[in-house]
Formats: sequence, structure tokens, C-alpha cells
Amino acid sequence: MVVLEASDVRKSFGGVKALKGVDVTVQEGTITALIGPNGSGKTTLFNLLSGVLPMDRGQITFLGHEIGHWPAHKRAALGMARTFQNLQIFQEMTVLENIMAGGFRHTTSGFLAGGFSLPRVRGEMKSLREKAMVLASDLDLTPYLHKHAGELPFGIQRKVEIARALALEPRLLLLDEPAAGLTTKETLALGRFIHGLKEKGITVFLVEHDMDLVMGISDWVIVLNFGQKIYEGTPLAVKRERAVIKAYLGERRAKG
Amino acid sequence: MKGDYLILLLLALVAFILPLILPGDYYVEVFLFMGINVLVALGLSLLMGYAGQISLGHAGFYGLGAYISGALTAHLGWPVPLAATVAILATALVAAAVGWPTLRLKGHYLAMATLGLGIILYILFVQLRGVTGGASGLSGIQPVHVGHYYLDTPRRYCYLVWSLVVLAFFFSINLVRSRTGLALKALHYSEVAAATLGIDVARYKLQVFVFSCVLAALGGVLYAHYITFISPETFGFMYSIKLVVMIVLGGMYSLWGALLGGAFLSLLPEVLHRLEDMEVVVHGLILLLVLIFLPGGLVGLIQKIGERIRGSS
Amino acid sequence: MAQLIQYIFAGLTMGVIYALTGVGFNLIYNATGVINFAQGEFVMLGAMFLYTLQEVLQWPPLLSLLLVFLLGGVVGVVFEYTVVKPLVRLGVITVIIGTIGASVVLKGGAMLVWGKNALAVEPLISEKPMAFLGASLNTQVLVVLAVTALAVAVFWYFFGFTILGKAIQACSVNPLAARLTGIPVERMITLSFFLSGAFSALAGGLIAPITLAEYDMGTMLALKGFCAAIIGGLGNNPGAMIGGLLLGVMEGLSAGYLSSGYKDALAFLVLILVLFWRPEGLITRGKGERV
Repeated sequence: MVVLEASDVRKSFGGVKALKGVDVTVQEGTITALIGPNGSGKTTLFNLLSGVLPMDRGQITFLGHEIGHWPAHKRAALGMARTFQNLQIFQEMTVLENIMAGGFRHTTSGFLAGGFSLPRVRGEMKSLREKAMVLASDLDLTPYLHKHAGELPFGIQRKVEIARALALEPRLLLLDEPAAGLTTKETLALGRFIHGLKEKGITVFLVEHDMDLVMGISDWVIVLNFGQKIYEGTPLAVKRERAVIKAYLGERRAKG
Repeated sequence: MKGDYLILLLLALVAFILPLILPGDYYVEVFLFMGINVLVALGLSLLMGYAGQISLGHAGFYGLGAYISGALTAHLGWPVPLAATVAILATALVAAAVGWPTLRLKGHYLAMATLGLGIILYILFVQLRGVTGGASGLSGIQPVHVGHYYLDTPRRYCYLVWSLVVLAFFFSINLVRSRTGLALKALHYSEVAAATLGIDVARYKLQVFVFSCVLAALGGVLYAHYITFISPETFGFMYSIKLVVMIVLGGMYSLWGALLGGAFLSLLPEVLHRLEDMEVVVHGLILLLVLIFLPGGLVGLIQKIGERIRGSS
Repeated sequence: MAQLIQYIFAGLTMGVIYALTGVGFNLIYNATGVINFAQGEFVMLGAMFLYTLQEVLQWPPLLSLLLVFLLGGVVGVVFEYTVVKPLVRLGVITVIIGTIGASVVLKGGAMLVWGKNALAVEPLISEKPMAFLGASLNTQVLVVLAVTALAVAVFWYFFGFTILGKAIQACSVNPLAARLTGIPVERMITLSFFLSGAFSALAGGLIAPITLAEYDMGTMLALKGFCAAIIGGLGNNPGAMIGGLLLGVMEGLSAGYLSSGYKDALAFLVLILVLFWRPEGLITRGKGERV
């Protein structure tokens, strides 16, 4: 089943065309990678898919809903979670609170119920806290639960952001360069973790520069260059494709 | 976490005992007005500390509560509870009308819009002579009573005011610990991330803004029905600023900042009688100096001292 | 007809003041992303400075006005170093509250220095009102329009044709890239504060002979200047100028034909409506939003 389908997605900033009509499809239960040189439009595509930026033209279908012009929070409510390349962690909140915020869509109580602290409210906050603790332990974040997220090392913050996204219990998880800034060891662990997510039935779509990571875990790879899709296929096929090598290494090296 | 409820219990006790032991009506009245200030400041504290937005027109909402409720009882003879309810609902509507277009936007448009609204409301209080009595004020506002029991002494009214303050704190403490509080905290630190977690940023900002204006209106209602005579100066721009000073001085990032800041600024004129013309400058200086040297305000200072004591023992 | 012209001119006069104030907002916003709530106080100080130079010290009017411009710039720079710089690392909301604090200090300080009464300032050319198409026009109106036109021309030349002006613009579009190309970003920001203070003070100096100089004139002017900037699209200087003129004329007409008591409410209504329908402003050139 197709979880996400985007067609003819276009976006320009001022006069610069960042995306010139891109089509992508993400199949359920797979890990799909989006690669391409810097400035090829990968993060822009993620911003359009998650609703952080408005799209100029095109269509995005997520779980059968045409969400192209929905605000970000409605897409998230439907089960789309994401992380950010430059981290958008809630710095002054504790790790626990960060992860709890990720579970927001599983709570329902309103303003007045919250103010009068009805049993329902306490119940849902308790379950939010418990689920967050489990996630924290899955990602080895338990020692940091009550620390302010902003004070933690970069690698830990990355994990907090992933835990927060998972707390949403997403149908589709968008990871924007999850390995950036991580050590080799951390990257290997991350790869195993992402693979584990797939086994739990979470569909993953990721932007990544680390080719070993991409080739190691992905089922399908999409290559962008200058705001256009230049190729897609299995990791093996992508590795062999001339156009991809050219985009990455430049004209001369590809010929030679 | 549990500490908040303990402080609240303590506050309730103090509010119960103080009116009994204060030497004379004058001091009880000072305490009473302090309660009203704290109530209004609490709403602004939620807005500033949690939603990260500023209102520069809270004096206007305060005045709206006072004038609507006051005028309904003075001109039309409505019973106070009904007039108060209508006044608070009407203020909430006005707040929503201003908040809706401005809070959808990134940045601090609310501050300028509320600044403008505050000025306009002030103009209306002066100009709508038929309703508000104009510059000379509105008199004949009905006092609060239950049957034949009139809450017209400072002590009795003080209990009414502080019960509501305690209730408002109870509500606010609960609120920040609920889903709504989580959403507000999140959007304060990153609106983008909050939205991608399913939080309707504009909606939560609007909710807390309207609630904050409701508390301001409630404060105005309490003020009007105690004093029974109101005039526009009370509800001018300088009161809006004074409220911001209370929050910043007390500490923006804790609800108790509203209590400390509100108490401090309510007592300041009592201590410094000769302030008068200097008051404006003093407020501005407090604002700047606290921001630069004590960004956590009085609450932050107390926390730091507490940590130091714990650290050294 | 004569009446209409009179209202329009009265509106245009106020309009250029709003325009200059709006430009003041934009300069600081573009340089730092901060909406400066003390902008109106810069205008007020301009009026007060002119009063002191021209009426108390009896210096020649044109020299006084020039000094007001320069002094306003100094106020802007002092403001940057005492308020904005120390607070900027604490986040935008803190800076904004800081500018509110500064505005209150300036207003209260002005009250202590110059008193609570409105102060009269002689117009630049003290001629009798002149007739124009049957309307009688205050000559200061023409002075205001002429000086503003000159200021706008200088402004336009500065930003359009000088390296310095282009450097400032580069800093507001992309500070990082500007830094990489070797533009001294810090100094450009300071220059923005200078210009912001200078143009606002000039506005105050120009308007003083018409509305009198008063310590609490700033708040209202800040609101209207901001409204001008919003009509033009926050950050867009030509937009703010058109926005100011539009707002001024609307105000002039509504004061003339409706009621002058409520004319001050107009700016607020326009502000809310613009934010509601077109928050990017009525006169924008598709400027990217600041995220």
C-alpha cells in the first residue's frame, strides 16, 4: 500500500526554483531514502510534505487524504511525524516533557477540563508520561529524563528528537539527516534502530548524506538534483547509475 | 510539581489570616487591591511566560470588564452576577476578535494590536459619555451582595477577591500541567516543531490570550463593584505597562511571578509616597534592569538562593 | 472642493510623519528582527530637541532641524548599545519587552525634563496661511512635504546607489552570507539604528510646529507608524512610505467628514483589517517571510 504520494510538487523562493515538479511515492512498511547533493531540494521537499512551508503547486496524498494544503498540525494528527536537520528541540523543557509533547495527538482534554484537572486529564497525562518513559528507555535516554534538553550533547538531542517523533506513534516518519553530526559508532547504532522501526511496522522516509547508512538500510532510494528527481531505484541500482555518480562527483570523474 | 499546590495552600492561609490581623481598614484595602492586581497579572503571566506573547492592552480589557459590568448595574439595574457574566463574556469576544487575526501570524503582532486596542478602549471610555460618564467617571455602580448580606466592608470584599485569586491560581496550575500547558510550553520554544507534533499553534495561543483577558475582565469587575465609582485614568496605557512590569519583575517563567511582582508593585506606592511623577520612569527602569541583570525575576532569584543554600549544606 | 483639498493636505502632512516613523520601524526590524516599541519615543524626542534648540537656545531653524536629525541618530545608537545588544541573546520577546521598558523610561524622562505641558515650536517659515485652489494651507505643511521629499530622495539614493546602502540591505536579507562576503554586519546594524533614530527624530521635528511637542505624543505615533509599516508590508521601506500617506489621508478625511474624536481609532482598525486580510501588507514585492 502507498502511504505517501506526492506529484508535481513545485516550490520557489523569490526567483529561485527549489523544486521543479517532483514525484515521490513511499510504500508502506519500507525505508525510503532521499539523497542528492547540497541544495538539491531535499529539505525543502520535507518541509512541503510536513506542511512547514506552503507548496506552490502539486498534490500530496497521505493515507488516502489529499493533504497538500493542510496545515502542519493536521498532517501530524493523521500520523505524520518528522525530525529536523538543524534540530527543533524544546530546549528549556526536560527530555521527558519533550517526548510527552510528541504524544500530543493521543490526548483530547480541553481547556476547562485541564484547568479543573478532571480525572480524565490526569489519566491521559499519566499514560503520556508512561509511554514517554518506555520510549526513553528504548533510546537509552532514561538517565537524562529530567534534564533540560538544551543542555545535553548534540547526539543525545538528536535522539530526543527521534523519541519525540516516535511518541506520535507515526504511520510515516520523516527523518531529516538523522546521522548528521553523529560519530561512526552512533551512526551504526542509529542504522540498527531505524531498521528496528521498520520491523515494528513504521514506514520511514529519510534524507541522509551518509551513503553507507543509506545503502545499508534502505529499500528504495530517490535521487534529487537541482530540484528534480533524476533517478530512483533499489540501493544497488542507484550505486551503479551513471547520472547519480555524475550528480555527486561531477562530470569529469563520471566519464573517467 | 507538588510544590505548587503547597504554595497555593500557604497562600490561601495567608489570605485568610491577613485581613484578620492587619491593623485597620486601610491596610486591608491595600491587600484587597493587591489581590486584584495579582489576578490580572496572573492572566498576563500565562500569556507571556507560556505562550510567549505580550499584551500591551490589558488595562483596556480590565476597563472593559469594569465599565460593562458597572454600567449594566448603574444604568439598567441588572443584578451584579448577571452583569459581571455579561461583562466577562463580552471582553472574551473582543479579545478573540483581536487575537484571531494577529496570533495566526509569526512574530509579535499581538503586542501592537493590543496596544492599539488599549488606546481605543480608553478613547471610548472618555467619549461615550452617555454610557461611561466620560472623563468625570461612572457612579452609582451597585455593590456586591448575597440577599441582604452586603460585601461592602474591605474585609468582606477582601475575602471575595482573594478566594477568586486562589481559585484562579488553582485553575492555572492545573492548566499548565495538562495537555494545554504542554502545548503552550512547546509552542513557546518552537512553533514549527509544535505544529509538526499536531499542536494547533494559533488555537492554543488564542485560548490562553482569551483566558488571560477573562481574568483581566474579572479583575475589572471586582474593582468596579468595590469602588462603585470608576473613571478612565485607572484603565490607561500606564496600567498596561505596570502589569508587564509586575510579570517581568516577579519572573516571567513562573506563575508565582505574578504573585510576587503584583504584590511588590502594589506596595511600592505605599512605601514611596513621593513617587508620583517619577513612577513612570521607575517602572521603565525596573523593567530594563530586571531584564538585564535578573532575567528570571524575583522567582528566579529565590530559586537561585534556594539552590545555593541546598548546595552549601 | 476647497474643504476636500484642505483635508487631504492635512492628512498628507500627518501621513509623511507616519511614513518616516514606519521607515524607522523597518530599519530596526530588518537589521534585528525586533519590533521596536520605543520608536514613537524617538519621534517625541525629535520634537523636544527641536523645541530646546530652536526655542530655548534660539538657534536658526534649519540648523536646529539638521541637529535634530543627527541627535536622533545618536539616540538610536545609544538605544542599540544599552537596550538591544544586552538583551538580544535572551530572545526576541525579551528584547521587545526591553524596548517597551526603554519607551517608558524615555517618556517618563521627557516628562521630567520638559514638563507635562505641550510646547509650541515656531514653524520654519512663519508666513500667513496661503491659498491653494480655494483652500487655505498652513505653510509648515509645505515645509514638511518638501523636507520629507528631500529625505526620501537621499534615502533612495543611499539604499539604491551607494555601497553602504546595499551592504545594509544585504545584511537584512542574509546576515550570514553578508558576513562571509566581508561586510561588517555589526557596523551595518549600528548604522541601521542610527538611521532609524534619525528619521524618526526628523519626523518629530517636522511635526512639532503643527501638533506641538508633548512628552506623551510617542505612543500614538508609534501605533500609526507601525500601521504604515504593516500596510506597506513590514520591512518594505517604499511600502511604509505609501502606507503612511494612505493612512494619513484616510485619517484626514475621516476627521473632516466623520468625527475627529474617533480619528485615532482608524489606525487601529486599518491595522487589524490588514493583518486579517493581507498580513504581508498591501504593497509587497513578495519578500520571503522570516522564519
